[in-house]
Amino acid sequence: MSKFAKKKSGELPAVSTASLPDIVFMLLFFFMTVTVMKDSDVMVENTLPNASEIKKLEKKDRVIYLYVGKPTQNYQKVFGTESRIQLNDKFANVNEVGDYILSERAKKPQELQNVLTTALKVDKDANMGIISDIKQQLRRVNALKVNYTTYQGDAFNNLQ
Amino acid sequence: MSKRTDVPKVNAGSMADIAFLLLIFFLVTTVIETNAGLDRRLPRWNDNDTTIVMRYERNVLAIFLDSNGKLMANNNLVQLKELKTVALDFIDNGGSLSTSEEYCSYCKGERSATSSDNPAKAVISLASNRETSYGAYISVQNELVAAYNELRNREAQRLFKMNFTDMETQYGKAETSLIVKKELKERIVQIQKRYPLNIIDAPTITKN
Repeated sequence: MSKFAKKKSGELPAVSTASLPDIVFMLLFFFMTVTVMKDSDVMVENTLPNASEIKKLEKKDRVIYLYVGKPTQNYQKVFGTESRIQLNDKFANVNEVGDYILSERAKKPQELQNVLTTALKVDKDANMGIISDIKQQLRRVNALKVNYTTYQGDAFNNLQ
Repeated sequence: MSKRTDVPKVNAGSMADIAFLLLIFFLVTTVIETNAGLDRRLPRWNDNDTTIVMRYERNVLAIFLDSNGKLMANNNLVQLKELKTVALDFIDNGGSLSTSEEYCSYCKGERSATSSDNPAKAVISLASNRETSYGAYISVQNELVAAYNELRNREAQRLFKMNFTDMETQYGKAETSLIVKKELKERIVQIQKRYPLNIIDAPTITKN
């Protein structure tokens, strides 16, 4: 008989899955390294606007975060749908911002206290009234370095 | 008889399942944080905000952004797309006479007498309503920064054969050595002096 006749037709060889764990581990390590555990729960809607001319905030220990936006669905019953400021884990009024910045500043090491940046994470549907109030507050406590946190993207998308 | 020293093989078939489980956990909990944005410096607080320095009208580009996202630049309605060019022409105008001290030798603008004297004098004032949306405000800020960056890049290319934005990112990196950083800082300051970022968040008082 010819040697070619031996092969059985129609049967596919089984694909080896031995390297599957390796692939999965690779993915796992990727996600483990990029994951940042959130330190505070965001209670406001926080779709940041897009901008293209952005700069990265390098040193995380020098940043104080402020969140502004509409309360999320769970909180709307209590806090309404107007834009609110979130400091740490609670909603706050505009006039509490200054004190918050001062207390956060006091928590930081002495040598960093003069180089702090305030990152404003503001929902793109918020209006400027609340932002200018916050800015006045920041000026009062001499927290002059501000970063409007945005996503990387085309700024023209913000208008829709 | 088998040898006692033989270690039995552990079945690693379920390793993939365990890894998958962990993977799915991290996938679900991951929030990729955004930590980038537009840096800005607020003006110092003064008790009577009326002490704004009077400026010549030609040195101010007054931009007003209303609650519908409509833009006015020096009393003309402009589209957001045109804003960068408007700002660029204004900053880079360099209207001072070549005999005066304030002459801007590196400007490449029209040198019109009705626009700004030099980039240091040129101020962009951005006023907005309380109802203006934050998204629109950021778009405008972004366009203005884009105009400044373009000019600064041009100047940095001319002087140091390097983009200003690249110099800044390199300066911010931790792995850059101190000697390089010092040199970069000098260069950055030099460019910043030539094109200072003068964006004011309030309407300004002008004189003719």
